[in-house]
Amino acid sequence: MADDPIYQFEINRLIPIEVGGLDFSFTNSSLFMVATVAAAGGFLYLTTMSRGLVPSRVQSVSELSYEFVASMLRDAAGTQGMRFFPLVFSLFMFVLVANLLGMVPYFFTVTSHIIVTFALALLVIGTVIFYGFYKHGLKFLGLFAPSGVPKALLPLVVSIEIISFLSRPISLSVRLFASMLAGHITLKVFAGFIVSLGSLGAIGVAGAILPLLMTIALTGLELLISFIQAYVFAILTCMYLNDAVHPNH
Amino acid sequence: MFTATAYAQTNDPAATPEGDLEETIQEAIEVPASQPAESAFPPFDTSTYPSQLLWLAITFGLFYLFLQKVVLPRIGGILEVRRDRIAQDLDQAARMREESDAAVAAYEQDLAEARMKASAIANTARDKAKADADAEQRKAEAALEVRLTEAERRIASIKDAAMSDVGVIAEETAAAIVEEMIGAKVDKRTVSSAVAAAQ
Repeated sequence: MADDPIYQFEINRLIPIEVGGLDFSFTNSSLFMVATVAAAGGFLYLTTMSRGLVPSRVQSVSELSYEFVASMLRDAAGTQGMRFFPLVFSLFMFVLVANLLGMVPYFFTVTSHIIVTFALALLVIGTVIFYGFYKHGLKFLGLFAPSGVPKALLPLVVSIEIISFLSRPISLSVRLFASMLAGHITLKVFAGFIVSLGSLGAIGVAGAILPLLMTIALTGLELLISFIQAYVFAILTCMYLNDAVHPNH
Repeated sequence: MFTATAYAQTNDPAATPEGDLEETIQEAIEVPASQPAESAFPPFDTSTYPSQLLWLAITFGLFYLFLQKVVLPRIGGILEVRRDRIAQDLDQAARMREESDAAVAAYEQDLAEARMKASAIANTARDKAKADADAEQRKAEAALEVRLTEAERRIASIKDAAMSDVGVIAEETAAAIVEEMIGAKVDKRTVSSAVAAAQ
């Protein structure tokens, strides 16, 4: 079982709960969602407890993440977009901490499941659509008809815009899910090579150095990807929210 | 797509874990057949979706609320306070700088006044000394003048006296000479008129 690179994505019921024929069990995935939220929330809460005028190192980490997301959102969606700051910040921190926690050996990666990333993407797109219609009414549909396009081309452009809009939740969720999944499978495969080669005797042990180095390098790469994917998720969220705030581009 | 592969391998009898050690590497990549068919590829196993969605909604919802209500206002407040404090400190620094500039200006003005006063005092002292000296000089000169005129007067009187003495002596001498020469007494009045004519 331990050799199986897919095994790490297995969901195990820890506390079985079943309501109306649907399985709502508290699983290892749920456990790591709780851990993610507890780690991120706890860190942000505890490091800012002293409200230091001159921040300590950990407090400045919290402040930096705050200002990082705030400037990202302000650049993409302007000051009017700042009403979505709690959402974008929560998404960024949740995805980032879930990705990073998943890098710990034997830990489950919440974001390696398409349903989780798709739910988060739908939350973003749902917010965009809801707020867009709430704020701009039918003018929000102007998003699909860019100004200055010749009448003859309009049906084509509008259909392309609609398709691109509809593909957003898919691309947003698959990007995160696929990077996490592929990264963890690759890591597992190379780590499996070490064990397999190591069991072949002296020559095997010597040969196992190569996959070991590869695994170390991949771990660094995966840590980088954990951050980059959280950043990409957050910045795309900001850009989609910009459409809701300013539908006429 | 992944699901299809997984199912295919599960049903493939060749993939049963009977392989030698050489096949171990191969196995590491493939999905082993020992897994039950219903949990083929975990991310696409729809039976786990309700649980994941529910717990994601609970945890993320609580996380969102916690950040929105507690953490973000706090961090925003910290940053705000810091910005205000920095602005306030800059203001205070500017104010203190103005104060020090004013103090320097006042000091320089005092210095200039003191200098002016000192030079005024020196001027008056010098003027007074000069006036005193002048007055002294004038007084001395006046005294000298008085003494000079007195001396001149005395000289003149002495001269007059001497001149009148000279006339008497000349008369007596002339009378004596005439008496010697002619052997007779000459009228005193004649002699004196003759002397006066000779003078």
